[in-house]
Amino acid sequence: MIDNPYVPLLFFMTLGLLFAAGSVGAGQLIGPKKANAAKAMPYECGLQPSPKAEEGGRVPIKYYLTAMLFIIFDVESLFLFPFAVAFNQLGLFALVEMVLFVITVFVAYAYVWRRGGLNWD
Amino acid sequence: MNQEFTMVEINYWAIAPLLVVVAGALIGVLVEAFVARASRHNVQLGVGLVTYLAALVVLLAKSRTEHGLTMGGSVVIDGPSVFLMAVILCFALLSLLVMAERFGGPAADAFTPMGAATPGSDLERSAESAGWGTTEAVPLMMISVVGMMLFVSSGDLLTMFVALEVLSLPLYVLTGLARRRRLLSQEAALKYFLLGSFSSAFFLFGAALLYGYAGSVDIARIALAIGAASPVLDGLLLPGVALVLIGLLFKVGAVPFHAWTPDAYQGAPTPVTGFMAAATKIAAFGAILRLAYVGLSGNRWDWEPALIAIAALTMVIGAVMTVTQTDVKRLLAYSSIAHAGFILVAVMSFDVTGVSGAMFYLVCYGFTTIAAFALVTLVRHEGSEATDLSQWAGLGRRSPVVAGAFAICLLAFAGIPLTSGFTAKFAAFAPAISHGGAAGAWLVVIGVLASAVTAYVYFRIIVTMFFEEGAGDVVAITPSTLTTIAIAIGLVLTILLGVLPGPVLEAATQSAQFLR
Repeated sequence: MIDNPYVPLLFFMTLGLLFAAGSVGAGQLIGPKKANAAKAMPYECGLQPSPKAEEGGRVPIKYYLTAMLFIIFDVESLFLFPFAVAFNQLGLFALVEMVLFVITVFVAYAYVWRRGGLNWD
Repeated sequence: MNQEFTMVEINYWAIAPLLVVVAGALIGVLVEAFVARASRHNVQLGVGLVTYLAALVVLLAKSRTEHGLTMGGSVVIDGPSVFLMAVILCFALLSLLVMAERFGGPAADAFTPMGAATPGSDLERSAESAGWGTTEAVPLMMISVVGMMLFVSSGDLLTMFVALEVLSLPLYVLTGLARRRRLLSQEAALKYFLLGSFSSAFFLFGAALLYGYAGSVDIARIALAIGAASPVLDGLLLPGVALVLIGLLFKVGAVPFHAWTPDAYQGAPTPVTGFMAAATKIAAFGAILRLAYVGLSGNRWDWEPALIAIAALTMVIGAVMTVTQTDVKRLLAYSSIAHAGFILVAVMSFDVTGVSGAMFYLVCYGFTTIAAFALVTLVRHEGSEATDLSQWAGLGRRSPVVAGAFAICLLAFAGIPLTSGFTAKFAAFAPAISHGGAAGAWLVVIGVLASAVTAYVYFRIIVTMFFEEGAGDVVAITPSTLTTIAIAIGLVLTILLGVLPGPVLEAATQSAQFLR
């Protein structure tokens, strides 16, 4: 039974569930409870999730720009990790491929930077 | 657990055309970042033209003879993939010429000055008066072309899925960039995106089921697994086939997965619509052909009836809905649905002549379509496109050249002899009669009847243009040299492929054999 390759998966699922339930439960139990208007909002910082008509009714797009920029680097690190782990076996070819990959990522980054995606206002 | 890492064989000459277009797209993005706004339009046009031409030269000079599997079997270079890649590049070249049309303004006329601005806002007006334009359209299109080229040459379902996304995502953005009728354009983009991502999910789920069945995403391995039928996993096969085919049939706009087509075609900037109709269709049919002929032909008796029904439905509903349209772009969209049905007839013959017939049809239809949509961009009422059919009344008297050219396109769509439409329909229907059995013969009968229905619509437009009196304020404006070249090439090929189909038909026949 323990030899089944899916046992670690089960273990991680259980751990994940326990962690999620545990942190919510612990927050309920031991967190201080001082309610105010800002606390009652869905997000304590960042954008208003239900914008009012007098503000134009639009969700500001700058948060999404930051999020997308984050994803660019997220994806990059996703590929850099296995590359770094297996680097010794891969040799020069993989290094060249990785440099090419990083260059393409930085092309996207350069575009965002030059077109003002990094300016908040 | 310590497995030896074996590097995949990469034949760089085989994938060089793809790499050229990727490089062009990256350069295009860098141009957006570092070149001054005023000169971007010309620079991007130059980058695009050079990229497509270079890719075409590399493809025809080197990759053509590099038949085989490369990248560990995920890219297949064979007759159909080389033929379709070359045609996609030609379509991209022509569409780029139309997309770059400025009509004397500082920026491309079809695209909004600022995609991020609220329609009708001060921001948009100031961008317009500053002469800004969405030059990003050119690199976006190049990325889409990369996806299309990979789509027709992918050897496994995962590569096919990645290619599907790479070709679709830029198209969603391009759809929302029309300069006029911004809200309609944004609505079209959102609809296209939602339904498109839905169909991608269908495809991916089907690919997962087929992986469960065959133990591999390789199209060739799936064929082997079907040949060696295992009764345990048989339950995964048909749902997998159905879901994958739904994902692909969505892209060609086959009924009942066609609902996005008229909205997306109407809302998108007209040059983009032409590109979508011609190039997306050919890419999606390339993938369908490879999957149906290489991967799933082993159990085709199980899914063939469904596809026959879809082909018949596509032709009938496409043709009938064409009759009811009052907007030129919507009408051409429904006509493209009917054409997808005609091509499906060729696909259903399951013979090598069916592959060449479908490919020849796609070539003929694509060139005519790009020319037709380019002509639609010219007919204007107070500066913006007059797409309502009633506005086209009497156009034949005021602008006989444009109306005449559009009439030639319509005759080709109708399949009149001496136009490419006739030879294409012949090439598509003949294999269905000789190899498709009774179902093939019935499909051809339905196809001919549906052609007759659509022919009525096309003749009605010709009558409207030439024999009806119309308001005098709808005129055809004079395009620049580039658009004129694109329209001329489209029209010349429309007639040439109708009179002398031999060389292209021969090329299609010679490259109709899939590498298994």
